[in-house]
Order: sequence, then C-alpha cells, then structure tokens
Amino acid sequence: MKRQQIDKGVQSGFLLVALFSITALSLIIIFLFMEGLPILEHISIKEFILGKYWYPTDDPADFGILALIAGSVCVTLLSGLMSIPLGVMTAVYLAEIASPRVAEIVKPIVELMASMPSVVIGFFGMVVVAPFIQKLFDIPVGLNMFNASLMLAFMSIPTICSLSEDAIFSVPRALKEASFALGATHFETILKVIIPASLSGICTAVILGLSRALGETMVVLMAAGGAAMIPTSIFDPVRPLPASIAAEMGEAPFRSEHYHALFAIGIVLFVFTFIFNLIADYISYKFRQAGEASL
Amino acid sequence: MNKYTTIFISIIFLLTASSTVFAGELVIKGSTTVLPIAQKAAEAYMAEHPDVKISLSGGGSGNGIKAIIDGTASIGNASRFIKQKEVNLANTKGVYPVPFRVALDAIVPVVNKGNAVTDLTLMQLKDIYLGKIKDWKDVGGTPGKIVVISRDSSSGTFGVWKDLVMKKERVIPGALTVPSNGGIVQAVANTPGAIGYVGLGYLSDGIKAVKVGGIAGSEENTLNGSFPIARGLFMFTKGWPKGDTMGFLSFILSKKGQNLVKKAGSIPLF
Repeated sequence: MKRQQIDKGVQSGFLLVALFSITALSLIIIFLFMEGLPILEHISIKEFILGKYWYPTDDPADFGILALIAGSVCVTLLSGLMSIPLGVMTAVYLAEIASPRVAEIVKPIVELMASMPSVVIGFFGMVVVAPFIQKLFDIPVGLNMFNASLMLAFMSIPTICSLSEDAIFSVPRALKEASFALGATHFETILKVIIPASLSGICTAVILGLSRALGETMVVLMAAGGAAMIPTSIFDPVRPLPASIAAEMGEAPFRSEHYHALFAIGIVLFVFTFIFNLIADYISYKFRQAGEASL
Repeated sequence: MNKYTTIFISIIFLLTASSTVFAGELVIKGSTTVLPIAQKAAEAYMAEHPDVKISLSGGGSGNGIKAIIDGTASIGNASRFIKQKEVNLANTKGVYPVPFRVALDAIVPVVNKGNAVTDLTLMQLKDIYLGKIKDWKDVGGTPGKIVVISRDSSSGTFGVWKDLVMKKERVIPGALTVPSNGGIVQAVANTPGAIGYVGLGYLSDGIKAVKVGGIAGSEENTLNGSFPIARGLFMFTKGWPKGDTMGFLSFILSKKGQNLVKKAGSIPLF
C-alpha cells in the first residue's frame, strides 16, 4: 500500500469518529424536540414559560414552569456569587503567587474536587449541611436555595479554577516583565496586566462553570428542597428545572402531556446551556489575546 | 432439512415468541407502589414454577390499567381503584377488567421527634397542606413555622394523600417535595418544624407518627377500617384470569403470598 493511501485511510477513519459524535448529538437534539414540542398542542409557549403553577398530575393539569426557571436561575446566580471569586482568586494564587511546591500540592486537590461524584455532594448537602445551616441561621428548613448554591459552588469551583489558571498561565512572560520594568509592584501587575490579558479565558471559565451549575441535577434534587415556587429569600426552597425532570420522568406515563412537558423542560434547559456556550465561544473569540501587542 | 432452513425457522420462532404473550410468560405493569409486592411475589413464584417467566415494569397505576385494556400486559397493577373513564374505555374495546385487591396500605403523617403535637384531625392536616395553618401553635404545638413536606406529584403515595386528605385540592407550591419515602424520613428527622407523610413500612426511630383524629396509623387500625388514610392495592386482569395469571394471583392471595406482602412493607389482607 502506498503511504498516501494510508494517510487517506487515517483521515477518513478520524472523520468517521468525529461524525459519530456529531450524529449522536444531533439525534439526541432531534429526539428532544420531537418528544417536547407536542406539549404545545395543549398549551401555548407563553402559558408554559410564564405560567406560575406546576401541577402536572392534576385534572386539569397546570404546566407553568416560571417557578422552575426562577429556581434554576437563582440557584445558578447565587452559586456564581460564591464560586467565581473563589475560583478566579484561587487560580491567580496558583498561577502567580504560590511557590511551585505549594502549587504542586494545591492544584491536584482542587482538581480532585472536580471528580467528586455529584450524588456524594448532594448527599453531603442533605445530611450534613442542611441541619448545620438550619441551626446556624435559625431558619425553618435547611434544604433550600442557599444550601443547593453552596453545593453547586463547590462543584463549579474546580472548573472555573483550572480553566482560569490555564488562561493566566498562558499570559506571555514579556508582558509581566515589562510591567515590572516600569516599576509596578507584583499586585499592580496582577491586577492591571495579568488579569486583563487573560480576561477572555477567565470569562470562558466562568461561563462554563455556571453552565455546569445550571445543568447539575443530583445536587439540586437532593439539597434544594423542591418547592415549585418563585423564591423570595435565599433561604426559600426551590425546584430547579433538572430536578423536576429527574424526579418526575420515572412516573410520567409514556407520551402523556406530563411526559411531553418534561421533555419541553429539557428543551428549555438545552437552550439555556446552548446560549451559555455561545457566549463563552464569542468571548473567547472576540477578546482573544493575540501576541503581546494587543493589550 | 438443510442447515439454513433450520436457522430460518428458529429465527421466525424467536421473532414470534418475543412479540406475543403466550403461556408460560407473564407481563406485569403499573403502579410503583405495588411493584415491590409484585417483585417479591414474582421471585417466589418463579422459584416454584421454573417454566414461568415473569417480566415486571412500573409506569404508574394509569399505565397498568391501560396495559390491560390494550392487552400489552396480563396483569395491571394499580394503587387505586379503576376510574369510570377507564371502565368506559374498556367497554368500548370489549374488555372486562377484573380487580383483585392484593394488599392494603396506610399513609401516616409524621413530624419531628421534638414536636409536641401527637394528634391532628383530617381537617387540620388539609389546612396545613393548603397553607392555611402556618404555625404549630394553631394546632396545639409549640410556636414555630410549619415546614410542609410532600411527595412528588407523580408518586402514588401523593395521589392517595391528595384524594383522602386534600380532597382534590392543591398542596401549596411552597411545600418541599422529596422524591421518596426515605427522603421524607430524612428531611423530617432533620427539620424540627417539619410535617410529612410516609407509607406505614417507613416509620422509624428518627420521626414521630401523628394520630389522625385520635387513631394511630397501624396495621390493626387499617384492617378494621378506622384509620382514615388507607387504601387498597389492586391487580387488574383482562377478563377472568386463566392459566399462569390465575396461578400467580392465587399465589399472592395465599398465606405465603400475603407474608411476602408484609415483607414488601405493605399490609396483608389477612
């Protein structure tokens, strides 16, 4: 066989592998829409998205998911408030300040957090954290938005941290040296040179971390309390979108309105994460740090 | 006969075998509340009759009855009686569903161990779950916010609670929902102001059962009919059962079968 032919063969082999995952993904999306869209025969999009009541098994049933969307958004934002500063600052510390020996120990530990199974974190939230914060803040119930956000923050910190760290680490050395040469202190250099230069990477990291929190199921199913109401305080129980799907899909009769409504929730969730990914892609493309001259 | 014909015939045989329910194979579908009973009974029955193959699946009471009417299952499990709508549907298809009550189930309201309340009326329970009663002091307990804990709306336990306690009215949206009986036990044990409800089999040390209108939820009170939040668990067949279907049902209704019902956490009929 000629060498060119082998090359061709390898090429088409890899093409096939790439196509396989793309096909699988598109089939999932097609299936999601095929099973979710029939709910629109029963209610309008407006009633579905803006309806306040989720009573899927009543007769007549209500399929309003506004409270579920509110739950998801609130939990994600609150967890972001905790995970973004912690994640980014840890990344700065690891990439810039920590001595190589400390970084060598801390970094694998942070990455180990990422490999913690979500059901373990959820269980921890339910059994350990819930009674603790209930006593600490003297609130009626520990399974609430705050608990779930805390657990989600715990899960998204590793993502945010390791991606940000890569971004910070790849800032050209010359930029830093130039800053020092101008008489800037280390702190000024980090704040005014290194962070701006790696901002696109940090933003991507943050968005990917948040989208992980948004799609996470087990933790919110176990620790968020599961009340389908629009929260008025951070200590209210909430029921994010993935928790509803996970809790109800097993019992929803095949191809019933309830079943279609749950798939429609899946579509909403898909749209959310898709938008998140688009934003991440846009930012990393638009604010890309090309060379050393563009700061 | 040559080799290919044999293979061909065996393939045809396999295809027909897998697409029809024939003697020696039982398909059971329906309520997840009845599922543990069906599972225990099926294991024991198959051990006694190795030639019978039983396949089990959940899907909810409505699905179980639908499967009987469509003929996709030999037995349909339901944690409630058949609805008039379903009877009408069966009649139009020329099917006569036959109910068998195989077990009883009681649902007991539970509170945290530290709670002073020991007795609530059905009316008080309903008002608590409607959000009308918000504080324990209104039902004779120590002042504190009531944390209402309920089950997911698809659960059979929730269905019975809704029928017998809520009388079809809606549980407040602010109620915490937990995906399992075990989850309720966990949440109530950890939350001083909580109230929840579980199947009789799930009562445990960390939580306190509340009497309903002065009557404790127990096997005895369920059997004599005085405990109000109880229900029968049913198996439905399409027409009068024959062959293995009959054999399986008689097994469940026997002393041996009823012992298995008890093991599965429900209340035996006798």
